[in-house]
Parts: sequence; C-alpha cells; structure tokens
Amino acid sequence: MTEPRLVEVRRNVLKQNDVIARALREQFRSAGVFVVSLVSSPGSGKTTFLEKVLTQLQPHYRVAALVGDLATENDAVRLARSKAPVKQITTGTLCHLEAAMVQNALQGWELNQLDYLFMENVGNLVCPSSYDLGESLRLVLMSVTEGEDKPLKYPTIFNSSDVAVITKNELAAAVEFDWETARKSIEAVRPGMQIFRLSAKTGEGMQGFQDFLAQRLAEHRAVAHT
Amino acid sequence: MHELSIAMGIVEAATEEAQRRGVQVSAVHLRLGALSGVVKDALLFSYEVAREDTPLAGSKLIVEDVPVVILCPRCNENKTLISLQSFTCPDCGTPTMNIVRGKELEVFALEVEDEEVSK
Repeated sequence: MTEPRLVEVRRNVLKQNDVIARALREQFRSAGVFVVSLVSSPGSGKTTFLEKVLTQLQPHYRVAALVGDLATENDAVRLARSKAPVKQITTGTLCHLEAAMVQNALQGWELNQLDYLFMENVGNLVCPSSYDLGESLRLVLMSVTEGEDKPLKYPTIFNSSDVAVITKNELAAAVEFDWETARKSIEAVRPGMQIFRLSAKTGEGMQGFQDFLAQRLAEHRAVAHT
Repeated sequence: MHELSIAMGIVEAATEEAQRRGVQVSAVHLRLGALSGVVKDALLFSYEVAREDTPLAGSKLIVEDVPVVILCPRCNENKTLISLQSFTCPDCGTPTMNIVRGKELEVFALEVEDEEVSK
C-alpha cells in the first residue's frame, strides 16, 4: 500500500462548454450577428416579450430565435407568429441550455444573413447562470408580479447578466410594485446594470428597448470590423 | 438542478487525469466559487451517484468554498465580499463589478495512490 499523495490538476469542470461557447462567440462576431440570450423564472413573460420584440424588429432587421423548452413546442409556435425563423431546442429533463445544444441547433444556419439572434433559455433562475452560450448579451427578465426582492434571492443569475428587463408594467399598480425597491435590489447584486421597465402587452417602453438593441448592434459590428 | 451533470463532469475530468498518470484516486479536491451557480450540498449528493460504476467509485469529493473577491476601485485592493446580496466594498462601500474570484468550478487536485502492479 502506497501513501496517498496530492497531485495538482487544475481542470475547469465546464471547460468543454466554455470551449464551444468561445467558438460560438467568435462565429457570431465574424458573422456580425448580435446574440441576446434571455433568462427568467417560469411565467415571467419571456415568450410574450420575445414575440413582441421579434414582431417589432422583423420589418427592419433580419431576426431569428432559438427557444429552449423542457417538453413542448408551444413557445416556438407562439414565436413563429412573428414571422421570424424560430427553432425549438427541446431539453427533455435538462433545466438549462448548454453551448453544444446551441451549436447543434444552429447547424446549417447562415449566420451572416442575420442581424439579431435571440436565445430563450429554459425558465429557471438557477441553472442557466453556470453556462456560457456565446451570447453577446445576457438579458434577465422579471415581472412586476414576482416581488421586488427577486434579484436578492437569485443574485448569481442577476450578477451574470448584462441587462435587466422588468415586464408586465401594466400590472404594476394592481400589485403595488415598488419600483425603487426593485431598482435597489438589482443595483445591490449587479452595480451599474441597465434596467428597462416595460409592458410587452401594451407596448409601453418597447421602443426604448429596441433603440438600445440597435445601438448595441452598431457597436458590436464596429468592434467586429476593427 | 444541474448538479448531477456537473458531478458527472467532475468524475469524467478526474478519471481522465488519473488514467493519464496511472494512479488511483481516493479524493477529488474541488474549488467552488460562490458565483458558480452550483449548490454544494446538491453537488455532494450528486457525486455519490455519479461516481458509481466508475474508477472513482470509492473516492470522496472535497469541496473548498471560494468566496467572491472584488477589486475595490477606491481602496485599490482585493476585498472579500460579505454577502452576494451586496456587491460593494466591505470597507468603503463602493459598488463594483470587478470580480477577481468566485466563479471557480475547478478540479484543482487529486489525492492519489499508485496503481498496484499486481492487478
């Protein structure tokens, strides 16, 4: 029997995912497509929001979407109403998207024919935070009905996201949503995060978000060409 | 709950490293950042399932928690965050996103024994 000894190995457990995500990011950069991933709890209104965004962008830009769902294709069917190309990734029992699933789903796509690609993650505020998908921007969405302290309960996903959207603003008065408390919660876990408050249903605030996307696309391409 | 797939990734990585070195693993040391998005208890439980029927069947998972360390722009020093609910310097209160550590999910060492030649 030999004495146990310690050997250093230093291996990133998610290396495989990270390698694919890096390759995807490079592919997106060279194709000039701006990729937004969306994360939220189940029922926050990701699909409604995304359907509205796609519908608004569609006449002016070339847009497409990937949507992750545990079992059904309902979300893909809803998003397809926007007339944008939509592809479903059924994750089965898996609670999040991984870079390899995105890579598989995108096979055969001409990315340089797109301006924006949206990737709707599975409704879950925990698991998706660990997985880089190669996106240009990670958007976390919460609705006014979820409570102002949601960011404090799920700091990791808010911290790993780049921008926050607070939806269902048409219900804010009914649920006595306290905007200032929500803003402070987000600021505490993700200092400096840009926040959009809007209603996908009434369209309130949607133009501001669209302008933001246009600006980010321009910046993305300016960097890609340098 | 994605800890089972993470645990399987740990077993896979450790098995590869062990085979390359021709050693038997008795324990896997993992660095787990507070911002990794992985729950330690769920991971320890999942590891017991993931190691079954693998060369790591008898091994332990030893988790070293890594707190979030930020570089405070005002103090110009690394500081350990007190809580994930407040990304501010614990000394001067300046908010910051300069995260230096805390996202680790890394197999950093293996406790090994040389494989017995007689086997």
